[in-house]
Amino acid sequence: MDEHSKAPGLQLPEKSYLNETTGIRSWLLTVDHKRIALLYLVSVTFFFFIGGFFAMMIRLHLLTPSGYMLSPDTYNRMFTMHGVTMVFFFLIPSIPAILGNFMIPLMVGAKDLAFPKINLLSWYIYIVGGAFTMYSMISGGLDTGWTFYTPFSTVYSNSAVTPAVIGVFITGFSSILTGLNFLVTIHTMRAPGMTWFRLPLFVWAHYATSIVMILGTPVIAITLGLAAMERVFGLGFFNPALGGDPILFQHLFWFYSHPAVYIMILPAMGVISELIPTFARKKLFGYEFVAAASLAIAVIGFLVWAHHMFLTGQSTYAAIAFSFLTFVVAVPSAIKTFAWVATLFGGSISFDTPMLYAFGFLGLFLVGGLTGLFLGALGLDIHIHDTYFVVAHFHYIMVGGAVMGYLGGLHFWWPKITGRMYPEWMARIAALVLFIGFNLTFFPQFVLGYLGMPRRYHVYPPEFQVYNVMSTAGASILAVGYLAPMIYLTWAAFYGKVAGDNPWPATGLEWKTASPPPTENFHVTPIVTWDAYDFHNRPDLDLDVPHAPALAPAHGDD
Amino acid sequence: MHRTGELYGQFKTLEQQKETASLGMWIFLVTEVMFFGGIMLAYTINRHVYFHAFAMGSNTLSLKLGGFNTVVLLASSFTMAMAVWASQTGKKQLITIFLSLTILLGFVFFGVKYVEYAQKFHHHLVPGKNFNIFFCRDNPSKCEDVSAEELEEESKELEQAERADPDLNSHAQLYYSAYFGMTGLHALHMVIGAGLLFWLLRESVKGRFTPQWNTPVDLVGLYWHFVDIVWIYLFPLLYLIDKHK
Repeated sequence: MDEHSKAPGLQLPEKSYLNETTGIRSWLLTVDHKRIALLYLVSVTFFFFIGGFFAMMIRLHLLTPSGYMLSPDTYNRMFTMHGVTMVFFFLIPSIPAILGNFMIPLMVGAKDLAFPKINLLSWYIYIVGGAFTMYSMISGGLDTGWTFYTPFSTVYSNSAVTPAVIGVFITGFSSILTGLNFLVTIHTMRAPGMTWFRLPLFVWAHYATSIVMILGTPVIAITLGLAAMERVFGLGFFNPALGGDPILFQHLFWFYSHPAVYIMILPAMGVISELIPTFARKKLFGYEFVAAASLAIAVIGFLVWAHHMFLTGQSTYAAIAFSFLTFVVAVPSAIKTFAWVATLFGGSISFDTPMLYAFGFLGLFLVGGLTGLFLGALGLDIHIHDTYFVVAHFHYIMVGGAVMGYLGGLHFWWPKITGRMYPEWMARIAALVLFIGFNLTFFPQFVLGYLGMPRRYHVYPPEFQVYNVMSTAGASILAVGYLAPMIYLTWAAFYGKVAGDNPWPATGLEWKTASPPPTENFHVTPIVTWDAYDFHNRPDLDLDVPHAPALAPAHGDD
Repeated sequence: MHRTGELYGQFKTLEQQKETASLGMWIFLVTEVMFFGGIMLAYTINRHVYFHAFAMGSNTLSLKLGGFNTVVLLASSFTMAMAVWASQTGKKQLITIFLSLTILLGFVFFGVKYVEYAQKFHHHLVPGKNFNIFFCRDNPSKCEDVSAEELEEESKELEQAERADPDLNSHAQLYYSAYFGMTGLHALHMVIGAGLLFWLLRESVKGRFTPQWNTPVDLVGLYWHFVDIVWIYLFPLLYLIDKHK
């Protein structure tokens, strides 16, 4: 812990966004992006643990092949509510609404987002949507799978589909407003000298994410709106009894829900692009390519949706096109991965907790991304479609990728957010526990899927038990890995060592202001004269910190 | 509250503030295009597959009422554009007059829409268990607002359409799903627009809009024109499917 305090006797600033005003009203009616980020942090964490509870129920149930613990109906509800909570109420808002909300105005040198009131509104919309979905969980639950496939969801399901759909519909607008706010902020609120190609890649990643949010989310909104109208009033677009087409629902659903994966992973990639140069003390390799790759992912990501539907009987030619495009969308992700690894090459690497998460991300995202290509291959997908192979694949992306990025970012910016340092060794151990727990949980699922265990079944043949026991054991370790940061980060927010303005040190504008920042972010509007991650041309940085190795020699891409 | 055009804390200049607001509105309208896009896709596919049922459904709408409403909305877009012009040139009384006219035309639209919707309810043309495209043919006494010639014409069309599409009733219900879904969504946007116009009217009566600061009039104007354009698409898509013969 000691190694992080640069000099003894660091003081927190007397006035910061945290203590400038007090009382519950000053938080619930705040328009400060930093406070709204903390409101999101509390509520998103709440939903994360709700979703985590459902996950534990699933894993405990699958300990035995014949599934004694839950009835089939209850089991269906558990995996559905796990998916709905985690996707719509944790993964989608996690990095953008918490870290993006807090950091983007700081990173571009603005006093706030472009529309602070709309920012607060988006949080309230999120809470109202969450309340509807919670209501559906306690008033009969939801058993449609998170995909709400019709006509089961619109005609046959006996669970509380309508409030859940309304909840997701409402929450979508929170995501749209966040994306809109980011786009406008990045366009019009940049400080003098902060040109497009000096923006940190975290900002570029959120720009790309916001494009997906504003173009994709309205489509899922109208789709779920139509599904709800069909369930309540009998509109017939998706009802085969009237000649409607359930496959149309799947097309519209995946038109959003595949790009939604990029809403989850792009911001995590943005975090990794901040962590790796900081802890390798080296300019990021191929900055422009990484920035362009974010946009490429956002654009191509809209053209691959039907790879979720290879087995619906769609045209073979369409399937070939979507398979090809699925391979194409892997290219920009590979560009980024190579850029990160090339940055590590010759860097002065330190192994602080955020960097451990970045390493975890690199490995897990690689596995998740490459297994995605297995699934995008038409022939192989017939064999592994709807098996645990798919479950393992997307958990490697969403948990191994997005959540690793989220936790890495949370540790990295925790001293900026709270002004205090988390306990370093405890955090390193937790990161390691998380990595081990994650792999133990999900790697056996690749094997299970390859051997043919279908997803969403509440029983399985006894020969699969050993892998399921491994997976459940891993999930228990994973739970420890999640609980630990929640506890020590909360503790550190109040009792941690005072961190100072720039403890790592890192190059972004957010580190040029106090920790925690004042309400107006910067007392004097900063003027930017340097490129992102340019350690060598930053005399203002105190690079001589005890815990970190010396600056890497300047070489590489420029 | 920010009502008189002072600079918000997060901005450096009024120009930046205005540019930001304007960009925000345009991006919002992009999301609206995607929003209507989903239901238009559903419409397009179903119309392609069940053309005869869609043509039949379209023929049961009143071209007169729909055409009248189109003219009303276009006129309201004109008065809205005039309100924006008046606010930019500082003609404070004209802003109030043109905003009032826009609201008035909006309510004329709602009135006509009410007549149309009510008729569909009486004729059992609302999707659901009681949907029956043959209702007026089979119960002429309950459709007194339809003239005898019109009924006769409709029976002929129904006969033709049923020959082309044996499951006409189900597929006509899909047409009416599109009709109520699209016009309902459009009407919801009009209601929100009317609410915004009332707010503008209150502010303009207080004389708040000046040539230096008229962003809200400008942005609500954009929104109102967008809603108008949506109707310009909906009218041919819903009313004119089979009018070319």
